[in-house]
Amino acid sequence: MDRPKNPTVANPWQALRQFTRARIALGRAGTSLPTGPHLEFQLAHARARDAVHHPLAIEPLRKALEQRGREVIALHSAAGDRLIYLQRPDQGRRLDLDSHRRLEERASRSRGGFDAAFVIADGLSAFAIEENAVPFLDAVLAKLDHGGWRIAPMVIVEQGRVAVGDEVGQVLDAETVAVLIGERPGLSSPDSMGIYLTYKPRVGATDAQRNCISNIRREGMSCELAAHKLDYLMSEARRRKLTGVKLKDESEAPSAIAAGKNFLIGS
Amino acid sequence: MTAYSHTLGGRTQRFRSLKDLMAKASPKRSGDTLAGIAAKDDEERVLAQMALAEVPLKTFLSEALIPYEQDEVTRLIIDGHDAAAFTPVAHLTVGDFRDWLLSDAADEATLAALAPGLTPEMAAAVSKIMRVQDLILVAQKCRVVTRFRNTIGLKGRLSTRLQPNHPTDDPSGIAAGIVDGLMYGSGDAVIGVNPATDSVAAVITLIHMLDAIITQYEIPAQSCVLTHVTTSIEAINRGAPVDLVFQSIAGTESANAGFGINLRILEEARDAARSLKRGAAGNNVMYFETGQGSALSANAHHDLDQQTCEARAYAVARKFEPLLVNTVVGFIGPEYLYDGGQIVRAGLEDHFCGKLLGVPMGCDICYTNHAEADQNDMDTLLTLLAVAGVTYIMGVPGSDDIMLNYQSTSFHDALYARRVLGLRPAPEFEAWLQNVGVFERGEALRLSETLPRPFQRALSSLA
Repeated sequence: MDRPKNPTVANPWQALRQFTRARIALGRAGTSLPTGPHLEFQLAHARARDAVHHPLAIEPLRKALEQRGREVIALHSAAGDRLIYLQRPDQGRRLDLDSHRRLEERASRSRGGFDAAFVIADGLSAFAIEENAVPFLDAVLAKLDHGGWRIAPMVIVEQGRVAVGDEVGQVLDAETVAVLIGERPGLSSPDSMGIYLTYKPRVGATDAQRNCISNIRREGMSCELAAHKLDYLMSEARRRKLTGVKLKDESEAPSAIAAGKNFLIGS
Repeated sequence: MTAYSHTLGGRTQRFRSLKDLMAKASPKRSGDTLAGIAAKDDEERVLAQMALAEVPLKTFLSEALIPYEQDEVTRLIIDGHDAAAFTPVAHLTVGDFRDWLLSDAADEATLAALAPGLTPEMAAAVSKIMRVQDLILVAQKCRVVTRFRNTIGLKGRLSTRLQPNHPTDDPSGIAAGIVDGLMYGSGDAVIGVNPATDSVAAVITLIHMLDAIITQYEIPAQSCVLTHVTTSIEAINRGAPVDLVFQSIAGTESANAGFGINLRILEEARDAARSLKRGAAGNNVMYFETGQGSALSANAHHDLDQQTCEARAYAVARKFEPLLVNTVVGFIGPEYLYDGGQIVRAGLEDHFCGKLLGVPMGCDICYTNHAEADQNDMDTLLTLLAVAGVTYIMGVPGSDDIMLNYQSTSFHDALYARRVLGLRPAPEFEAWLQNVGVFERGEALRLSETLPRPFQRALSSLA
């Protein structure tokens, strides 16, 4: 007697999983998703939803930066809580009144401004900041200190969006501002950090005036490579006095990626 | 500025302007509330819809919602309007126009002839007084066919963009996603990669890689690296084999400025891509993405509701005769479309308006993890759009885009829609799928259980 046939069909390209964490070679039931990968997806979605609501642990971050000799200013956006933050991006782009006042007070003690300011914002994933902000800053600040940049105090903004960096940079009179922010959590990456660089930050700047480096996390772009790219972009921004679509990232890509080599072609 | 009003049972509701009327007649969504332009309650919304239904269509030709002098998209719409094509509906109000669209007078041929005579504002206005089934029924009657290396948009076809993104643009990671997609019959609309960086060198590397795969495996499909239009122009100048040029576009001049583009740059890009003459089947070389809320998020909406802004983006798109246009409907987040219900309605509105205006409209049926939406909502929108005749949808491995961090439709999802509705891929691509052995031969589209020989060879060297 024949053994009953398994109702699912496995894909004969499982070996490709070594190249990507994308959900490939899942197999099929008919043409649909088999039960196993279907429920794994549901679990990942549940976890990513939880990540959105995880609050940023400010004190460990402050302590880590202070141990490295950095002055830290912890601020809050005009969005009072997570639910408001999710529905009112305008409030996440501005500091609340008390934060604005405290930042102005600090700025008044540094006449002549700064070459660069760093803003650390929770964005949509505080996990991303908790995992990546300090290692990344270690990598990039080593380069910038070596280059003689005058760096502003580190600014942490709770419930912040990218454009909150414009207000921070403007108040601090910083020539460029780099915003480190938690990106929207993906199913497979609840911990991805992005960096947005803006030359001459002013409230009301548009996204076309920014350069972005994204997917910084353990399994994405390394902190070292991201620091290399940001150092390049900041130097070019200073030299050419701009950021945005006119400033292309021409920093050299690592050689394997630069060649575009893969198993499908050339054999 | 003309004021509008509607009186019902002694209550007279006044609206400051046509723009105010359009905003208040919009079905509820979080973005219009965020902008402070939405109706204050459900009754005001319906009264606005009643007032809007009485507005003559030709009003939209004389009363620009964003001033002609201030906005090049308005100038494009007004200057490009085809008065002769408009004639069959020129005497109708918005409400009459809905009835006409639903009637037997509106068929594939009359709708195609009418498209150049419609403005985005007319399409948006009528959509606001339509139910979901109206949006589906009328869109299904529209046909927009485009060509590059194959034919997109034919009746009974549902195409897919294969989206094999990788967070570090790793070539083998991207290639693995491409194999997975091709083996599930995905990729006839485009094999399109969102690169992790805007680096010109990295983009050129990806363009060459996709070209080499398409050439070696003789795939009748086109490639695209979805980078900024100026990066694509630079890549063309440096000799890269660019098939399609991508750009995100919006419905106002200032929102487009926020993207770092204008109509002149888009024209330059189209001409550059056409000069390469790479399309064997046709010359539609542009690929655009849009989405409700993009103008508001750039603070460039002029107090116009987000759905009308979105429809205006299709006027930008159609000027450049694109191969593909899709709304990325749930990508922007809950501040613009709060939950599954709002995303579903918006996806159907966008598809309807695009098709009515003559745009090859697809949809990235998607959501983010901070929106109140899930896979069930996406299944609903997918099914409704497939019935409506959507030109193409996305194909992302297991619905999980590990580079852009959102969920879209999977290769499996596309096969579900094809199976329940008897839809097939673009004819040239379908023939390739059968010849190479992804599908078994025969009428029913049945996936083979073995790996086609050319791909077996490529994988044989792997552990």
